[in-house]
Amino acid sequence: MAAVTILDPTDERIPLERQIVARTADVKGVVGLLDISKPRGNVLLDELEYLLGAKLPGVELRRYRKPTFAKPCPDDLRATIKAECDYVVEALAD
Amino acid sequence: MTPPHTAFARQDTDGRMHGFPSGRPSLVCFIKEDCKTCNLVAPLLEAFQKAFADQADILIVGQSGAGNEVFRKRHALTVPVLDDGDCAVSYVWNFEVVPAVFWTDGAGRPLAHFEGFVREEWHDLAKKMSVVLGRGCDGIVWSDYPEWRPGCGSKHLDPDVNDRLKANAEDSPIRARRIDIGSSDDVSEFMYDQGFSDGLPLVPPTPERVMRMLTGTRRNPQEVVADVPPNMGPATIEKIAINAVMAGCKPEYLPVVIAAVEAICTDAFNIHGVTATTMGASPILVVSGPIRHKIGMNMKLGALGADNRANATIGRALRLVVRNVGGAKPNGVDRSTLGSPSKFTMCFAEWEEGSPWEPLHVERGFEEMDSVVTVFAMTSGPVQIVDQESRKPDEVAGSLGLGLEGVMLSKIHKMPTDALLVVCPEHVKTLTSEGPYPKARLRRRIQEVTERPLSDMVAGLTSGAGLPRSLASKMSIDQLGAPTSKFADDQYIHIVVAGSEAGKFSACFHGWVTGPTGSVAVSRKIETY
Repeated sequence: MAAVTILDPTDERIPLERQIVARTADVKGVVGLLDISKPRGNVLLDELEYLLGAKLPGVELRRYRKPTFAKPCPDDLRATIKAECDYVVEALAD
Repeated sequence: MTPPHTAFARQDTDGRMHGFPSGRPSLVCFIKEDCKTCNLVAPLLEAFQKAFADQADILIVGQSGAGNEVFRKRHALTVPVLDDGDCAVSYVWNFEVVPAVFWTDGAGRPLAHFEGFVREEWHDLAKKMSVVLGRGCDGIVWSDYPEWRPGCGSKHLDPDVNDRLKANAEDSPIRARRIDIGSSDDVSEFMYDQGFSDGLPLVPPTPERVMRMLTGTRRNPQEVVADVPPNMGPATIEKIAINAVMAGCKPEYLPVVIAAVEAICTDAFNIHGVTATTMGASPILVVSGPIRHKIGMNMKLGALGADNRANATIGRALRLVVRNVGGAKPNGVDRSTLGSPSKFTMCFAEWEEGSPWEPLHVERGFEEMDSVVTVFAMTSGPVQIVDQESRKPDEVAGSLGLGLEGVMLSKIHKMPTDALLVVCPEHVKTLTSEGPYPKARLRRRIQEVTERPLSDMVAGLTSGAGLPRSLASKMSIDQLGAPTSKFADDQYIHIVVAGSEAGKFSACFHGWVTGPTGSVAVSRKIETY
């Protein structure tokens, strides 16, 4: 819930920083783990998948992978994640 | 056929949703918890509920937020009290006074409407409902009620609430991107983080504040006033209004800011070059004509300084438009070596009534009753010119000339550069003590007293600036002895009057490069209504 809404004073050519959505108290449903395909990002996500699986046995974990880290996430993949997941963890490891 | 009222769905105080229209006849009554007349009619609405609830929807729409539940309990109502704390439904239903009653058919088409309390109207309503629904409404002792009671103004017409509602309405003139700031964020810090600020705190440009700012002009909010360099960002009236809000302007200042944006974005003024130059130029605004008084500008004591809201915020709003809409920021296109306090703001009004000369805008071709803003590209100033001793017109005029010799560098003469001379009232008195002293004469006097032989301008050991020795060595003695005035042309000396009546201190602003390769002063008429 926004506390204040203001109007953009710029020519709106520069994207705004996104706001953090409200945090939920617990995690339910589906958690997506997005590998941006940077080397060793999969190592981090493998470990995270193991830890989340152990701590949150009721939560389904799904893996996704961007074709290349050098470009933004393709629209189709973004739409798929949005449709299938309640949460997503994007690994930006280097 | 009369169109139906706008549909809505709202929760009651128990969290149950109620939609309108529902297919059944409906009685919708808007109330405020603290309205005496709304409290007067509560038992009537409850009586209608008891009589007709199985065939019609009786809905109370409360504007009081948490007060709705207080209202319901106070009257032990079984009628649902729906939440319209944000007044969004009230706004589109468009009435003035609560209680506001609407009796409709099942499709939401109006059958009756009235506001406030006139016993006859309420009694007639009960009869109409009885006819439509085929049963009576007993238990109301109409004689116990007064003949008439005024209602209260609806909350959606409170200025603050109304501005917000207008801004959010479907036909809102606002098109700018809305930025929701989370409740955990500090609004002021957020605006700094987004890079919106000139370094000073900003007034958050909420939709309601921008709506209020837009009341300062009749121009279409989406009209593009200019494309602002360097990014050629389109400065709509709305974008200018947003920046004016952030700067702290009042709505009545907006036309001045708009005219100033128009002026600086001309090819002649060349705001791109003014912003980008390492020399550190910035627009200096002089406001002329009746609007000076209308918006309370300072033109007397401390005119070039702080404390007057119009002076301070109009100049700041212009700067914010340049940086936010045009994208000109230090470390970006703004490459000024040192910068200048004028990059925050510099705007003042001429004290025309204290001037012996025609006002600046009249001199520049406008009518006396026009309100005009003139923009100058200046690199420094105000620089004080102190002369407390001169008692003769030419003496004080001479001092003003010597004071101007420092523009850029005192040794440099015949420069195509502007200067803005602000003559204080005491110096004006001395200038005119023996009769009229036209501006043309003052300009001539400035050029006379700053005449130096060209040889004084040759680069030397004291200062390596000026005429290269290699060039000077090829000149004749006559050429090197030629008297050379400060300014390449008298017309580059701009003169206005401002300041308090005590003190023999005039001031000047030093210009940038004038002419087609630099920046030429531009005047724009301010639209006033």
